[in-house]
Amino acid sequence: MTSSEAQLEIKNIDVFHGTFQALWNVSLEIRRGEMLALIGANTSGKSTLMDTISGLLHPVNGTVEFEGTDISRLDCHDIVGLGITQVPEGRRVFPDMTVHDNLMIGSYRPCARSKTKPNLEKVYGLFPILKERRRQIARTLSGGEQQMLAIGRCLMADPRLMLIDEMSLGLAPIVIDDLFKALKKIRETGVTILFVEQNVKRTLQETDRAYILETGRVTLNGTAAELREEAKIKKAYFGIEECD
Amino acid sequence: MNSDIITPVLMGVMLGGLYALIANGLSLVFGVMRLINLAHGDLVILGSYLAYAILTLFGLDPVIGLVISVPVMFCLGFLIQKYLMSRAFAISTETPLIIAFGISLIIQNANQIAWTPLSRAVNTTYAQESFFIGGLQLPLIYLFDFIAGIVVMVLLHTFLKGTYLGRAITAASQDKRAAQLMGINTNRVYGYAFAIAMISAAIAGVFLGMTFPFTPTSGTSFLTIAFGTVIIGGLGSTLGTFIGGIILGVFQTLGGYFFGSAAQMLVVYLIVLIILAVRPQGLLGSRG
Repeated sequence: MTSSEAQLEIKNIDVFHGTFQALWNVSLEIRRGEMLALIGANTSGKSTLMDTISGLLHPVNGTVEFEGTDISRLDCHDIVGLGITQVPEGRRVFPDMTVHDNLMIGSYRPCARSKTKPNLEKVYGLFPILKERRRQIARTLSGGEQQMLAIGRCLMADPRLMLIDEMSLGLAPIVIDDLFKALKKIRETGVTILFVEQNVKRTLQETDRAYILETGRVTLNGTAAELREEAKIKKAYFGIEECD
Repeated sequence: MNSDIITPVLMGVMLGGLYALIANGLSLVFGVMRLINLAHGDLVILGSYLAYAILTLFGLDPVIGLVISVPVMFCLGFLIQKYLMSRAFAISTETPLIIAFGISLIIQNANQIAWTPLSRAVNTTYAQESFFIGGLQLPLIYLFDFIAGIVVMVLLHTFLKGTYLGRAITAASQDKRAAQLMGINTNRVYGYAFAIAMISAAIAGVFLGMTFPFTPTSGTSFLTIAFGTVIIGGLGSTLGTFIGGIILGVFQTLGGYFFGSAAQMLVVYLIVLIILAVRPQGLLGSRG
């Protein structure tokens, strides 16, 4: 652990989808350089929390602070400019663009444009297959390759905090292993990673700490080791299948 | 093969360049915002009236006059998107359609007040001249329409593929949410997309005005032609729009040649119908 300084601090947020309250008084802290997981079943509010950090949704109450700045009222594009980029659930690569053009979109923000070249090298170094397929149309890639592209596109934005939503959904275990290896390398470069998973066992092997969300509330948080013990005892309580 | 038939085929191909020119803006706005811009035809005609005004008031060649009308239409497009459409989109998906219809009516009536319902034409010296190819005599303006169609297609394609803003427009059209997450201000990008569609409408208006006489209500029939062009060519492809325009143009002139001018548009819309049934995404369109 490099330091215990909070990079992102979420304090008592309430978030609504229309009239439906999706998050209830949620607080969470991410420390610089760590790998933190959000675990929870479908509809537990994980993606809502990610979207709130990204600025696609805004909390009705509470604040989201990134490196000391309140970002809870900012729009998504400004938040990307500050250094938070999300790899969305379902990868959502631009289907009819080439791999290369997808990556170039990642460096759209002016602050990332000047670093386009070194970042592109970095992404191709991390995922050599993307370099091989750089002229290929994104929709023709396999699921694993699309996920690599989504992560690579996110890195092109030069983030200091990466949010990754359901990275391993629908992918083969061997591909998931590769992706986690890549995440470790990304983390070594100093990028903080927050990721959302349904795969509890696997997630607790890979992360430092985790928060458990249930129906829009944080019910547990702690180090991965603590939560592993907890999980064994209270499997039913989590309401999550270990799907590996 | 009867040499008579070559004339309508050539005319149709060149006319297709004009149709592609008219359809570009409709295709861009639909592709990016999923908005069927019912005012597009009237905005093109507004471009024709601008060219007419520039010619009659200043005596300026309408093609050179584009240095005035292009910025005007660009700003108009940006403002329509920013102050009307983006707010309408926040209400529901149908609201922008109604707004577009409203803009269409306003432009038609404003043009009636300003220019009377009489038919006008952008008369330049070269608009009435002919050129000869292989012993055939063809109107020179049709050749200019075709060249303008190619030039605008190439420019638009280069812009969309080669610039950051162009790529952002393409990205926002393929996945708005993912584009936002990559730091693209989609509202601003929509504004630029609408403004660029208006530039192409301004250019289309000039060439349309030199090719055909127009009245304040001509926009409706050219909107229909633009629809046909986009349906044939497929959305989201500048080359597709161009080819769509040519197919539409050729079937129109051939329909006129074989069945008389009363039936020419019937032939065109039969072709549109067949393509919709056989290949709904259009010839070069990507699968939705």
